[in-house]
Amino acid sequence: MKPMGIAAIIGGCFMIQMPVWAESPSQAAMLSNTCAGCHGTNGSSVGPSMPTIAGMPEVYLLDTMKKFKSGERPSSIMGRLAKAYSDEEIKMMVDFFVKHPFGREKQDVDAAKVAIGKQIHDQRCKKCHMDNGRDSEDSGILAGQWKEYLQISMHEFRSGKRKMPEKMAEKIEGEGKLTPAEVEAVIHFYASQQ
Amino acid sequence: MNRRNFIQMAGLAAGAGLSSFSILARAGEVLPKKGRRVVVVGGGYGGTIVSKYIRMSDPSIEVVMIERNKTFVSCPFSNLVIGGSRDLKDNMITYDKLEAKHGIKVIYDEVTGIDVAAKQVKVGAGTISYDRLVLSPGIDFRFDELEGYDPVETPKYMPHAWKAGEQTLRLRKQLVDMADGGTVVLSVPVTPFRCPPGPYERISQIAWHLKNHKPKSKILVLDANPDIVSKGPLFKKAWEKHYKGIIEFHAGNKVVKVDHKAMMVDTGVEEVKGAVINVVPPQKAGAVAYMAGVVGEDKKWCPVNQVTFESTIVPNVHVIGDACSAGAMPKSGYSANSQAKVCALNVVQLMNGKEPIPPSHVNVCYSYVTDKEAISVSAVYKVAEGKTIAVPNSGGVSPDLSELEGVYAHSWIKNILHEMSS
Repeated sequence: MKPMGIAAIIGGCFMIQMPVWAESPSQAAMLSNTCAGCHGTNGSSVGPSMPTIAGMPEVYLLDTMKKFKSGERPSSIMGRLAKAYSDEEIKMMVDFFVKHPFGREKQDVDAAKVAIGKQIHDQRCKKCHMDNGRDSEDSGILAGQWKEYLQISMHEFRSGKRKMPEKMAEKIEGEGKLTPAEVEAVIHFYASQQ
Repeated sequence: MNRRNFIQMAGLAAGAGLSSFSILARAGEVLPKKGRRVVVVGGGYGGTIVSKYIRMSDPSIEVVMIERNKTFVSCPFSNLVIGGSRDLKDNMITYDKLEAKHGIKVIYDEVTGIDVAAKQVKVGAGTISYDRLVLSPGIDFRFDELEGYDPVETPKYMPHAWKAGEQTLRLRKQLVDMADGGTVVLSVPVTPFRCPPGPYERISQIAWHLKNHKPKSKILVLDANPDIVSKGPLFKKAWEKHYKGIIEFHAGNKVVKVDHKAMMVDTGVEEVKGAVINVVPPQKAGAVAYMAGVVGEDKKWCPVNQVTFESTIVPNVHVIGDACSAGAMPKSGYSANSQAKVCALNVVQLMNGKEPIPPSHVNVCYSYVTDKEAISVSAVYKVAEGKTIAVPNSGGVSPDLSELEGVYAHSWIKNILHEMSS
């Protein structure tokens, strides 16, 4: 991947949200480009129920695709699609999306919820979802992720359809179990991150 | 452009008495070609994406996209407009950001001819030369297979609305204006046609409107196919759940004749009258495919190399989207998006003297069965022995109808239209 050089600089004044990358054709791009129909160009989504998958930790994306493929993670479309790809192909797609920047759109959030969410994040979540959810070794990037997608995910987790990682279950369902309102506040906090 | 338009335009030009200057301008190159250039015809689901992804993959290649309309109106999600739960404006995109962000040169003009020997596209304003040409013209209609169908007059009374826009709104208005108790007639042509689940989503949307606003009305469906073409069991389940007594479905009934004055269609066996009639005509590749001579022996669709989407008839001309035959892939917006990306990467490979890359496609099609509940079908496609096939043991339909599918569908349309316009 290399920047477009002069074209990018000239075009730069039009690009507020993210740079346009020139990427030579490759098998990885061939496999990955078609995901953008739902997940947005280079993996940054503008649809609130579709997660941005760009800039995710490699371990997390690999694990997610593996769980879609096996059916361990519930899904509508992804389980059906993931079964079509070999492990090598999934690795190529993961490498492709990992290196693209996570594009963040402005979302409607409730300031009071954001403030409560920030407190809960600091107390319970920041060890794994570091830097206000911008960074992680093996968990999803939550900062700037779509609110609606996070709501769907938390519903899947809390209804038992999707298995929570152990550490997450401990922090959410363990001592001082979070109320639905508290979970909603944390979601607003992450969605507010630009 | 069809023959009628051409004659009109020629007449117009002659009537205006072209000065020698404008004749020279007409004959000249609109944008003199300096470096390597791909010309793309059509600014829909395929054309926008192939233009963008060529520029993203190799910015040294110039891309000129020719499109006659300043605004594109999406067919996917237009059935919701007919049902009454969506504004057609939300289906529209423009091309200004594509131009600004990716340096695509958009020419708003009508293609009047294609000279594949000289590698030139003729437009109203002159000619545009190419090294490679990508056609993404969508569909036209085989009106000649419907006796009594006047391509200009009939849609005023019986809008097909199979290209989204004015006719979508007309069909919507007819449904709103119809007296309660009236019968809506909808006919489905023999497959293949644009959007295999489209007619059945439309039937659902019309039934949804009738159920909520015209409870004494019903919709009678005449389907030329032996059964529902796509997602059959799910549509039947939805109709049983939501529209019992509202949808009357007749498979194996092909409309062969229409009479828009009598508001009647004829299957050759039976004449059927309706208060609102939506005849979806049989289809073929868009007109520019015929201009380029890339339509196959069936005289309907364009055979292409499944790896590069280059025509198997005319070299250096690629065809993507509804107009081409892409093996097992359905004629859908997502298919066109996916084919455009495969085509873009391999056009860049070919222009750089490199081997084409084995294709990988995805298709996802959502259909709304109410204003909120949806169903879906999805698959991954690859090329095996020169044929595009669905990857075995993957893909398939959603297990059920659900509002969650509808929630995902809403984000799908946002993302795919955003991809096409930015």
